[in-house]
Amino acid sequence: MSELRRDDYLLFLDHVTMQFGGLVAVDDFHNGVKPGELLGLIGPNGAGKTTVFNVITGIYTPTKGRVYFAGIDITGLRPHIITHLGIARTFQNIRLFQNMTVMENVLVSQHHALTNKDADRILKKHGMPAKRVGRFWFWKSILKSPGYNKLERRMVEEAEGLLERVGLLEVKNEKASSLPYGMQRKLEIARALATEPKLILLDEPAAGMNPQETEELMKFIVRIRDEFKVTVLLIEHDMKVVMGICERIIVLDYGKIISEGTAAEVSSDPKVIEAYLGEWENVS
Amino acid sequence: MTMKKRLSVSTKVYLTFALIVIGALLLWGSNYWLESYGQRILKLIAVYGVLAVSYTFINGITGMFSLGHAGFVAVGAYVSALLTMSPMEKEMTFILEPLIWPLNSIQTDFLTATILGGIAAAIFAFAIGYPSLRLTGDYLAIVTLGFSEIIRLIALNTQNITNGALGLKGLTEYTNIWWAWGWLLITVVVIASLTNSSYGRALKAIRDDAIAAEAMGINVFKHRLLAFVVSGFFAGVGGSLYAHLLTTIDPRPTTIGIFLTFYLLIMIVLGGLGSITGALIGAGLFAILSEWLRIFESNITIGNFTIKGIPGMRMLIFSTLFVVTMLVWRRGIMGMEEITWDKLYNWLLRFKKKNTEETETEPKRGDTDE
Repeated sequence: MSELRRDDYLLFLDHVTMQFGGLVAVDDFHNGVKPGELLGLIGPNGAGKTTVFNVITGIYTPTKGRVYFAGIDITGLRPHIITHLGIARTFQNIRLFQNMTVMENVLVSQHHALTNKDADRILKKHGMPAKRVGRFWFWKSILKSPGYNKLERRMVEEAEGLLERVGLLEVKNEKASSLPYGMQRKLEIARALATEPKLILLDEPAAGMNPQETEELMKFIVRIRDEFKVTVLLIEHDMKVVMGICERIIVLDYGKIISEGTAAEVSSDPKVIEAYLGEWENVS
Repeated sequence: MTMKKRLSVSTKVYLTFALIVIGALLLWGSNYWLESYGQRILKLIAVYGVLAVSYTFINGITGMFSLGHAGFVAVGAYVSALLTMSPMEKEMTFILEPLIWPLNSIQTDFLTATILGGIAAAIFAFAIGYPSLRLTGDYLAIVTLGFSEIIRLIALNTQNITNGALGLKGLTEYTNIWWAWGWLLITVVVIASLTNSSYGRALKAIRDDAIAAEAMGINVFKHRLLAFVVSGFFAGVGGSLYAHLLTTIDPRPTTIGIFLTFYLLIMIVLGGLGSITGALIGAGLFAILSEWLRIFESNITIGNFTIKGIPGMRMLIFSTLFVVTMLVWRRGIMGMEEITWDKLYNWLLRFKKKNTEETETEPKRGDTDE
């Protein structure tokens, strides 16, 4: 296998190991996500896929190895800073702000751009434009200054635009908890997009959906990738779901990468078939 | 669902302005209509309002279960009281040990004292919040409860600053209707304005799901701390008003200790956790009921019968009422909703419609439930 070059990747995990006591959840993960691609991370239940997500988004600090994103070493940074740098995520079990409206859910994601000073410092250090436009934002919020109102209106417009593009504009004033399941999934993706990410991580977005809904969602994800120009990393334990849409697939089993390649390459790999044995029969 | 009509922003501004003017006129009129007992309740409503609204900002809107509010109230009360007392009064009050310099020789007006009381409480909120806000839920409740008791015990034992168990007595009753309701107005405007801003949305997001909020780029710890400090400031202001309404403070649990926190908790839970108007309703109900129910503690004569009053009876009735209320409105009177002009307008429209079209029965929506 040829040596992987870090510069080719938007996100790169350099020999990342995550250990919990005696359990090695992720073992020497050495791979990444290329700019603009739709990468699938698959594996049987308990293979360590979500742990990889949690390492990337800063919920866990890896035991060994480094994580690089757009040339910045993000290892050990706090989650809110990593989000500000441009990685957004959704959750396996939907985590919407239940008591808030659809609109508010999206607006929340725009708040960080105004207040996240620590993250802006990191962006500046790496010669990237800072996002923060809200100077004295706290006082302006209380006094509702003209500057505040202008920016607030712009945020609402942007949120409405986003909701329209994902087809949730009609329900913008509904409570998030009152939406049907499929829409909640979409809203979670919309909320992640509102943070203006370069990379979006989707953790089993099709969980709990029937085949028809799943197919619709997969088309939605491809559309999102093309329209919003984001890179997508998708977790799924059901191989069939990602086969159609992912250009490249990484297969994880017991924390180790056992296979990598296109859908056709991966699905004919004997190691993958072995890992999925039993499950494999009823999948294909 | 029926279309919700919305009022224009300028209409709402006029309505709010009109409400404030009418409210001010009524308060002015209360000087003539109400005797001093009624006025006292009116002032108490406002002071409880300040405390309840600041408390619901932590507990209801940011969703942190804090039991330390009385501690901030105590700090505000002591700081402001020590600033408004004249050097002469201080000398007469501190009989066991004299007050330390420079506190014994300074005196400020009530406004300065109240603001400084608020700032002192905000500083305490920062100092308490910084180590403890990494905790959540019940753990936070216990730690904040502990901190507020520490503040009370410090007040009890620093004879040369707080006059210990003797407390500060004979304060001038500076808290008149205007100060009390004026500060209530400021508190509500600031807290409501903050709640309806991008900060408020971030705080509510933290309440609903802290992990998701962090994943959306919100610095959860910093925002929690911010809410704590803002709330602490207004609790300190409320403490100053409270002290100058009672004209006395002492470090007993019933005045500035755990009991006060629980009273405030009752108000905000009764009104609906997470609702500012709910907190105001809760504060008003608490102030009025706890005074009005005193009639059950005195002898009641019906015809020839005389029912003997039992001391403490009002708290029993109050608790029963509280339980019944919570059974009827499980999430408090307002839930997480607010009373807004839009809602009143829509309610009025529906009311009108119902009167004109008697035959058509419209399914009525519950007031708080989804």
